[in-house]
Amino acid sequence: MGAAFFPIFFFTALWGGVGIGLPIMTPKGPHQNLIRCILMLTAACCWLFWLCCYMAQMNPLIGPRLKRDAIQMIAKSWDNPLKDG
Amino acid sequence: MGSLFRSEEMTLCQLFLQSEAAYACVSELGELGLVQFRDLNPDVNAFQRKFVNEVRRCDEMERKLRYLEKEIKKDGIPMLDTGESPEAPQPREMIDLEATFEKLENELREVNQNAEALKRNFLELTELKHILRKTQVFFDESVPTIYKSTSHSSKYRRYLQMADNQNEDEQAQLLGEEGVRASQPGQNLKLGFVAGVILREKLPAFERMLWRACRGNVFLRQAMIESPLEDPTNGDQVYKSVFIIFFQGDQLKSRVKKICEGFRATLYPCPEAPADRREMAMGVMTRIEDLNTVLGQTQDHRHRVLVAAAKNLKNWFVKVRKIKAIYHTLNLFNLDVTQKCLIAECWVPLLDIETIQLALRRGTERSGSSVPPILNRMQTFENPPTYNRTNKFTKAFQALIDAYGVANYREMNPAPYTIITFPFLFAIMFGDLGHGAIMALFGLWMIRKEKGLAAQKTDNEIWNIFFGGRYIIFLMGVFSMYTGMIYNDIFSKSLNIFGSHWHLSYNKSTVMDNKELQLNPGTSDYEGTPYPFGMDPIWQIAGANKIIFHNAYKMKISIIFGVIHMTFGVIMSWHNHTYFRNRLSLVYEFIPQLLFLLLLFSYMVLLMFIKWNRYAATNPMPYSESCAPSILITFIDMVLFNKPKDPPEGCKVYMFSGQGFFQSLFVLLAICCIPVMLLGKPIKIMQARKLANEEVQPITGATSDAEVGGVSNGSASHGGGGDQHDEEEISEIFIHQGIHTIEYVLGSVSHTASYLRLWALSLAHAQLADVLWTMVLSTGLKQEGWLGGIMLTIVFAFWAILTIGILVLMEGLSAFLHTLRLHWVEFQSKFYMGQGYAFQPFAFDAIIENGSASSGEAD
Repeated sequence: MGAAFFPIFFFTALWGGVGIGLPIMTPKGPHQNLIRCILMLTAACCWLFWLCCYMAQMNPLIGPRLKRDAIQMIAKSWDNPLKDG
Repeated sequence: MGSLFRSEEMTLCQLFLQSEAAYACVSELGELGLVQFRDLNPDVNAFQRKFVNEVRRCDEMERKLRYLEKEIKKDGIPMLDTGESPEAPQPREMIDLEATFEKLENELREVNQNAEALKRNFLELTELKHILRKTQVFFDESVPTIYKSTSHSSKYRRYLQMADNQNEDEQAQLLGEEGVRASQPGQNLKLGFVAGVILREKLPAFERMLWRACRGNVFLRQAMIESPLEDPTNGDQVYKSVFIIFFQGDQLKSRVKKICEGFRATLYPCPEAPADRREMAMGVMTRIEDLNTVLGQTQDHRHRVLVAAAKNLKNWFVKVRKIKAIYHTLNLFNLDVTQKCLIAECWVPLLDIETIQLALRRGTERSGSSVPPILNRMQTFENPPTYNRTNKFTKAFQALIDAYGVANYREMNPAPYTIITFPFLFAIMFGDLGHGAIMALFGLWMIRKEKGLAAQKTDNEIWNIFFGGRYIIFLMGVFSMYTGMIYNDIFSKSLNIFGSHWHLSYNKSTVMDNKELQLNPGTSDYEGTPYPFGMDPIWQIAGANKIIFHNAYKMKISIIFGVIHMTFGVIMSWHNHTYFRNRLSLVYEFIPQLLFLLLLFSYMVLLMFIKWNRYAATNPMPYSESCAPSILITFIDMVLFNKPKDPPEGCKVYMFSGQGFFQSLFVLLAICCIPVMLLGKPIKIMQARKLANEEVQPITGATSDAEVGGVSNGSASHGGGGDQHDEEEISEIFIHQGIHTIEYVLGSVSHTASYLRLWALSLAHAQLADVLWTMVLSTGLKQEGWLGGIMLTIVFAFWAILTIGILVLMEGLSAFLHTLRLHWVEFQSKFYMGQGYAFQPFAFDAIIENGSASSGEAD
């Protein structure tokens, strides 16, 4: 299980807020239902899209294959120095 | 109620209007724009209707206005367009309007006529002026000899000399020889000439004709008039030439004149004596000057008239169009026997009956009639029109749906869901933060400048399409930004906000010795938890296997979103069936359809999630990375009942225990759904009919039919008369259901595959952006020094143009079309009939906007 609690909680809560919280708060009016529908669909789509991306990377079956200069660049700029020797 | 989810409830109403009040009431209704009138006399032809005279008068007024408009446009006078729409004038004001327009038109026509006559006069004088001037030159060249010589023949010879000296052309020489022969001593010939003006392009033909017709016995000289002259009939600028022809004898003279006539050359009298000519030139000059003043005054007058008209023109147009529309509508009404009142039938949204009644009352008050109009609701079996109340935001989305087909009355309207699903599916294909931002900013700009942009109406169709879809463009841009962030793609580069969750653990020597190295997810290279938001930026750098990883991911999300989208569509059909109380369709169509989709395709989606969750590089053998099965192969094996291939050493075929059993069960159940879909409904209808026929045998046939119609509802609602007819109907139902079932079953396979276009286009978009970066922009970035700066500027401009032109515009268009297809075909085919007809209310706004259309209808 390669899931971390915090990101999952955070993004689920975020889109949950958009998809459930905001529709509850929409003001009454002729377009109330339409706005609710829009918000819920947005939240559902965006959350699922994020979730798929997250889960696809959770347990990677392959690792990235890097070229030599890419490795050197990562080591230099992503603060990930190569070991000596 | 009143929302976009279903079309408005409509009702057919009958309207009784007092003849005096009818005009005012219809005018009020036109301002309101909520009523669609039906033609109550479709058999009466357009020329026999009651108000045909008024309509004709309006047509006449419109013609006059169009004439005025044309004249105003010709003079380039700006027309005042306040954008306000004056109320339709009272019928009695029509006479005033008519008189005004009549007066204006007559005045203008008179002015134009005068101006034309003056111009013609002016043209003649100018031409004459030029002739006098040019011929003066001809004569001057030979004056010394001509006037010294005594006989005509010698004068003629001088001319020849003149021509010879100048060596102008062979023609003159030929003429010379002949002329010499002709002018043998003893033959005293009179040499005459004519002078005139001809269009320059006709001159060569004219010359040739003269030469041939007169056998070379004439002598022509010509000179161009440098400045163009205005043709009074159509105002064109034309170039002309002056010519003068010398000839001998009357016979030639008449021939020359005829040729001149034929070529539409204008001949002018030109005195022979130089003194006369000079005098004439003087006279012409003074007359030209006089004419100029008069012409100027005429133009001023015309201008004043037009400026005055331009102020009111738009206003008048609106008024006339409104009057015409009202009479046109009144022509649709039925005249009651007593001739006292008009009867109209109209479709009205149920919610607006109050507003309509108010408007009718206002109309009555305005006309001063005492009897109030009566609005009666009527019962009807006709299909009401479909009316979706839209605003500026929802309008474009509704238009996308209506472009496929207008919804049946009260059918579920896909538009509210399309507002989000459309931009979202687009964004899956177009996912790029940078490109999305460009698109969103463009959309936002159009939304912010909405009023100003809407005011300046243009005929540019492409712009109008973009502007009409500004909210769609904005939402597509915003969602593309979101998906771009998830794909971690901004102009084909990645952002590393949270820090990559992959780390290097190599020695320097290892890196130096190997050209490429692959990180191992099973070791500490991978942190164990994924990048929190979107793609890990390391994949963007992993040139060698980035596409493999992305493909696996994007194909899966395409199918996941596709299956959910289709399931959503099927669930929408449930709303339709319950709303129309179509129990048969609910049980024998909706349930098997949903089961079929869930058991096969949603199961496949489930497998994807299981695979993501179960198999990892860190896991021991049966669930390690080498054992992960291909979902597609598993699915194919499942559907075809194939025995799966033996897995590699130490792995299991199935992801969870009992998978084989469940898969067989699911497939069998799904197959069982097919005959239910195919036969369930028709058999039930057949049984119901049989039952009804047996039970209701003693009673009349009509009721039985009605009952059958009530039970079967939907497709079989138009139950026919006799048994034979029923039989036919049944066979038709079977065929219909067969087609429907085959379409659904095959469709769900092909439609699922069709959603793979999400993956394909997204891949293509990312690759194109990548290519553009490496092939174009990076070449500019690699240069150093000040030259590099210049290079980069040029390369950047090139890159930016290509990015906007190809990646945003063209790719955007293609992704848009694919999204449209996914909605029309894959989504809407699950529930949407789209066989209704749109509500077209009688509204002045619409009529004035396309004034020409309504006038065409009247003719």
